[in-house]
Amino acid sequence: MSEPTSDPGIILTPEEKRRQRQRNLAIALGLGALCVLFWVVTLVKGSAILQRPM
Amino acid sequence: MSLVDDSTAANRASLVSQAGPQDFIALLKPRVMSLVVFTALTGLVIAPGGLHPVLAAVSLLCIAVGAGASGALNMWYDADVDALMSRTATRPIPSGRVAPSEALGFGLVLSVLSVTMLGLAANWLAAFLLGFTIFFYAVVYTMWLKRWTPQNIVIGGAAGAFPPMIGWAAVTGSVSLESIILFLIIFIWTPPHFWALALLKSEDYARAGIPMMPVACGEAETRKQILLYSIVLAPIGVAPSLLGFAGITYGLVATAGGLGMIWCAIEILRHREGGAARKASGRMFGFSILYLFGLFAVLLVEHLVLARFW
Repeated sequence: MSEPTSDPGIILTPEEKRRQRQRNLAIALGLGALCVLFWVVTLVKGSAILQRPM
Repeated sequence: MSLVDDSTAANRASLVSQAGPQDFIALLKPRVMSLVVFTALTGLVIAPGGLHPVLAAVSLLCIAVGAGASGALNMWYDADVDALMSRTATRPIPSGRVAPSEALGFGLVLSVLSVTMLGLAANWLAAFLLGFTIFFYAVVYTMWLKRWTPQNIVIGGAAGAFPPMIGWAAVTGSVSLESIILFLIIFIWTPPHFWALALLKSEDYARAGIPMMPVACGEAETRKQILLYSIVLAPIGVAPSLLGFAGITYGLVATAGGLGMIWCAIEILRHREGGAARKASGRMFGFSILYLFGLFAVLLVEHLVLARFW
């Protein structure tokens, strides 16, 4: 049994936490937008999504 | 003690991202992207046939994101030279806000997503052209040509010339003479546009060891080349009118704009020293943006008006 370490690791400053939240939000919005894009394109193309001219 | 502090700070900086969303937007080179979107939109609108408005909007978004991705890859690779130039030293990577690995991952993910999405929304020829454009800008221009030859911007300019061709291909599924002419306009426009900037920033490029034309071949040769390319550009700019896919308004604007480009180039050739020389270069740089924007704007408006009233 090893003793649990007392090293708290890197503690983010309030500014770093704010930026991290902003990045997380941007990634979430980007992924959401990507899902909506795929959904809309599928709706518009219908069965043609599988018939693509080169 | 200070060594330990410095080492801890450096370690921390490498582990904790300092980037905000606006830094990732800056990696996409929004100003370059706006011209890409505009020229691609023109290609989409003037192409014969039709694309569902939603698919056209998605295609345009993909082209914009693909262009942004190539900008991020460019900034990732060029971070070392960007740090040496005043124009680029505040970019997200040299300023330390974004880690190089973050920019690389960001650029690669957006590249794959934009090409795949364009293939699904429009067609795979357009997707291939977008993928090739990203490859050409990030690998051929950024990694190979830029640090190797004074002709870097001449050949590398092809990357910026593809968007209207991609827009055209998204609608028609083909590459035709019209889209090649649009490609050529931007391709021939690029050298005088960038060399005018390079004349203003030649010290920056020399410090970074980039063999831009004024650094490698001298300012006198650059001035001659700007005039030469402007003379070649003027008739190519009018070609859409002569070939029948643009109207008389476009023809008049392109003729006046082409003459304007030649006049700006002559001014650059005449004024070689001091403030007058800088002013002439600045005028050429500014006018060249106006010229390209004007040509594509008139082309776009002509087609929208024709489609509405005829």
